[in-house]
Amino acid sequence: MSHHRIALEAVGFTYPDGTAALADVSLEVTHGESVAIVGANGAGKSTLLLHLNGVLLATRGRVVVGDLPVTKDTLPHVRRTVGTVFQDPDDQLFMPTVFDDVAFGPLNLGMPEAECRDRVQACLEQVGAWHLRNRPPHRLSGGEKRRVAIAAVLAMSPDILLLDEPSTGLDPRGRRQVIELLRGFTHTKIVVTHDLDLVLRLCPRTVILSEGRVAADGPSKRLLADAALLERCGLEGPPEALVCPRCGDGSRL
Amino acid sequence: MHMADALLSPEVGGAMWLATGATIAVASRKLKRDTDHRHIPLMGVVGAFVFAAQMVNFTIPGTGSSGHFAGGMLLAILLGPHAAFLSMASVLVVQGLFFADGGLLAMGANIFNMGFLPCYIVYPLLYRPLAGGRADPGRRRVAAWLGAVMALQLGALGVVLETRASGIAELPLFAFLAAMQPIHLAIGIVEGLITVAVIEFVTRAEPGMLAALPPAAAPSVPGFPKRALAGLAILAVVVGGFISWLASAHPDGLEWSIARLTGEAELSAPQDGPHGLAARIQESVAFLPDYAFPAAGTAETTAQEDSGGWIAPDAGTTVSGLLGGGLTLLIAGFAGWALRRRPSSPASPTS
Amino acid sequence: MNGPHAAFDLGTLDRLSQGTSPIHQLDPRAKLLVTLAFVVAVVSLDKYAVADLLPFFLFPVLILARSGVPFRFVARKVAVVAPFAILVGVFNPLFDQAIVLRIGEFGVTGGWLSFASILLRFALTIGALLLLVATTSVPALGRAAERLGAPSVFVMQILGLYRYLFLLVGESQRTLRAYRLRAADGGRPAWRIFAQILGQLLLRAVARARRVHEAMLCRGFDGELRLMGTLRFAGRDWTFLALWLAAFIALRFLRPAEMLGALVTGGAQ
Repeated sequence: MSHHRIALEAVGFTYPDGTAALADVSLEVTHGESVAIVGANGAGKSTLLLHLNGVLLATRGRVVVGDLPVTKDTLPHVRRTVGTVFQDPDDQLFMPTVFDDVAFGPLNLGMPEAECRDRVQACLEQVGAWHLRNRPPHRLSGGEKRRVAIAAVLAMSPDILLLDEPSTGLDPRGRRQVIELLRGFTHTKIVVTHDLDLVLRLCPRTVILSEGRVAADGPSKRLLADAALLERCGLEGPPEALVCPRCGDGSRL
Repeated sequence: MHMADALLSPEVGGAMWLATGATIAVASRKLKRDTDHRHIPLMGVVGAFVFAAQMVNFTIPGTGSSGHFAGGMLLAILLGPHAAFLSMASVLVVQGLFFADGGLLAMGANIFNMGFLPCYIVYPLLYRPLAGGRADPGRRRVAAWLGAVMALQLGALGVVLETRASGIAELPLFAFLAAMQPIHLAIGIVEGLITVAVIEFVTRAEPGMLAALPPAAAPSVPGFPKRALAGLAILAVVVGGFISWLASAHPDGLEWSIARLTGEAELSAPQDGPHGLAARIQESVAFLPDYAFPAAGTAETTAQEDSGGWIAPDAGTTVSGLLGGGLTLLIAGFAGWALRRRPSSPASPTS
Repeated sequence: MNGPHAAFDLGTLDRLSQGTSPIHQLDPRAKLLVTLAFVVAVVSLDKYAVADLLPFFLFPVLILARSGVPFRFVARKVAVVAPFAILVGVFNPLFDQAIVLRIGEFGVTGGWLSFASILLRFALTIGALLLLVATTSVPALGRAAERLGAPSVFVMQILGLYRYLFLLVGESQRTLRAYRLRAADGGRPAWRIFAQILGQLLLRAVARARRVHEAMLCRGFDGELRLMGTLRFAGRDWTFLALWLAAFIALRFLRPAEMLGALVTGGAQ
C-alpha cells in the first residue's frame, strides 16, 4: 500500500461546452517514478493534469490516487497527496508575501503555527529562497517565482509532484537551476511539458498524448528519438535526442 | 471625484466611515456564508482590473477633455452587489493608500460615493427593475448605460453634500452642484457607453462567461439587506445631517462634545486650578478666540448679539499666534534634521 | 500611461515600504492608529485654524527623519493630488470676505485664512498618509486591519488586489503601448477602442481568477483566510503609540503656537 501510486483507468472527459478533451486514457505511475507527459497543443495534457489533482473529475472511467478513487469526498486526501506546481507562478503565488504563500497550504491543513513556521523555513531553504521570505511575489524574478512556487507545494509534504511546464519563461540559468532542484527530489514526479530537453534530463519515462489518447508510453530516450512517432503526434524532437545513427544506443552526437 | 481629508469635518468623515464600515461587515458576512469560494480570487483579480482601468484616461467626445473609468456599475453587473461592493471598496482603499486619493478619513466617504451608491442604490433600485429578465438585451443595455450615468451623478452629489456638510469649504451649494454635476454627466455618459461596450464584448467573446460566474457573483437583487441597507443609509444621512448641524452650530464639535461629556461649558469652567489657568491662558492668547469668525454678512449682527463675547481678534494675538506657529515649525524642522537617519545607514535586505 | 496618476509610479512607494528603518519595523497597528489619530486631530481644528496647524508638522517631519523616506518624494506626491482641494478651497476667499486679522496695514479675510487652512490640512493629512504607506507595506496594513477587527473576507480582498495589481497594470500598459504603436494619432484611445481594450483585459482577468482558484483549491483552500500571527506588539510599539497620542492631544488642546507666540511677543492682551 503506497500513497505514491497514481493511476488512470479508461478516463474520459468532456467539457460542459461539448469539447471532448480526453477520449480514453489509461496510465499508471508508481512509487518514485519520474514521468513526462508530452503532446502537441490541444492533445489533452492540461486536462489530464487537472484530473490528477482533482480540479476536474472524470466524466468516464476513474482516477486512483494512492488507494482511493478521486471523488468529491476524497478531495482532501488527494490534495494532500498530490502537489501541483502550476504553469504560471503568478497564478500560484496568490498571497502578498513569499512567507504567507508558503504557509498558506500548511495552515489550511490545520498545522499549528510554530510547526508551520519551521516547515516554511525548511521548504524555502530547500529551494534556496529563504532570503526572499518577506518579498511580495511581484518583486521576484521568473526563476525565483518558480522556486518559491515549488516550495509552497513542498510545504504540503505531498507524495506526488505534478509539474506543469516547469521551465516556461525561465532564462537558461533559471531553467538549469529548476531542473537540478527537481532532480534532487525523491517524490514521484509527473511533468507536463513541451521542453523535450528537460524530459531527457529529468524523466526516464515518457507518455505521449495525442487527441485525448495515449499514443506512446515508454523510455524517454527511445520515444524521443522516434522521429516518425513524434511527427505523427505533432512534436519535434530535441537536438539532444538525435541518436548517433551508427551506434543507435542513444548516446548524443 | 475623490473627497479629501482637507475638506472634511471629523463628524461627516466619521459618519461616512460608520456607514461604509457597516456595509463592509454586512457584505463580508453575506459572502462568507456562500460555500462556493470562486468569487474570492475573482473579486481580487477583477478589482485589480478596475484599478488598472482607472489609470487610463480616455477622450470625452465633443469636449476635448478626458476622464477616467470608475467601474462601479460594471462590477455590480458582473459580480452582483455584495462582491462588487467589496471589490470596489478594496480598489478605493488601495488607491487611497498608493495614490493618496483623499486620505484616511475621507476613505469612508469615497467608498460610500463610488462603491455603496452604485452597488446598493443604483443597482437594485434602477438597474435591476429596468433590465428586467435576461431575455431582452436592448433593455439591459439601456439599464447598464443609465445605471453608470446615475452612479456617477450620485457620486458627485455625494461629494458636494459631504463637502457642504463639513463646512470647511465656502463654495455655495448651487455653485458647487453646477460645477460638479455637468462634468460628471459628461464623464458618466462615456462611462455608460464603455460599461455597455465591455459587457457586450465579453458576452460576445465568451458567451458562457457571465453565466459561468459563481452563484454569489451572479447578478441578483440583494436579498435580506435591502431593507437593512436602506435603513442604514437613512441612518447615515440622519446622523451625518444631525452631527453636521451640531457642528455648524458649535464650530468646534469636539470641544463642544467634551464640554457636554464633562458637564461643564467652557465659560463655566472653574476659574482657578490648572484648568482655570489653562482656560485663562487660552483666553488671553487664543488665536481667534472661540473661533469668533462670523460668516460674511452676519458679522455685525453676531457681534451685537454677543457683545463682548465675540471679541474682534486683536492683531497682536493673532500675529503672535502665527509667529508661534512658525517657530514650532522651525523647531520641528530642526528636530527632524537632528534626528534624521544618515543615508549611509546599512540598508540590509529585509530581515 | 497617461492617467490621472501618471506621476505616481506604483513601484516607488511599494519599494520604499520594504525598508528597514526603525519606523518600518514598528507594528503596523501602532502606525495605523497613530496616523488615524493624527488625521482626526488635524481635521477637528477650526476651519480658520492656521497657526494651530503648524505645530502638527512635527509628526510628519519626525517620521520623515527617522524613516529615511525622501522628503522630495513625499512633497511631490502631495503636490500631484492637491488640485481638487485647491479647486474647491480657492472659492473661500471669494465668499468669505470678513476681515478677521490685521497684520500692520493688511487686512486678512476669513476666506484667505480658511483657504490657507485647507492647504495646510491637505499637506498634513496626505503627507501623513503617504508616510504611513511608505513605511508600511500593504500586506502588513492588511494584517493590521484584520487584527483590529476588519472582516477577513475584505482583508483577503485587499491582499488579493494588491497581489494582482502590478500584474494587471503591467498588462494594461503593454496593451496600450501596442495600441499606440499602431494608432494614427498615438494619443489616448477613443472610448470605443478603450472599451475593447478593457474587454480583453477583463477576459484575461477572469481567466486568471479561475486559474488562481484552482491553485488555491490544490492547497486546501476552504474559504477561510488563515494568516500566520507574525505581528507582535512590543514595548516600542506601545511607546510610539502612547507618546504620539499624548502629543496630538497636547497639540490639539494646549495650542503651543499660541503659547509660544505669547511668550515671544511678551504676552498679548
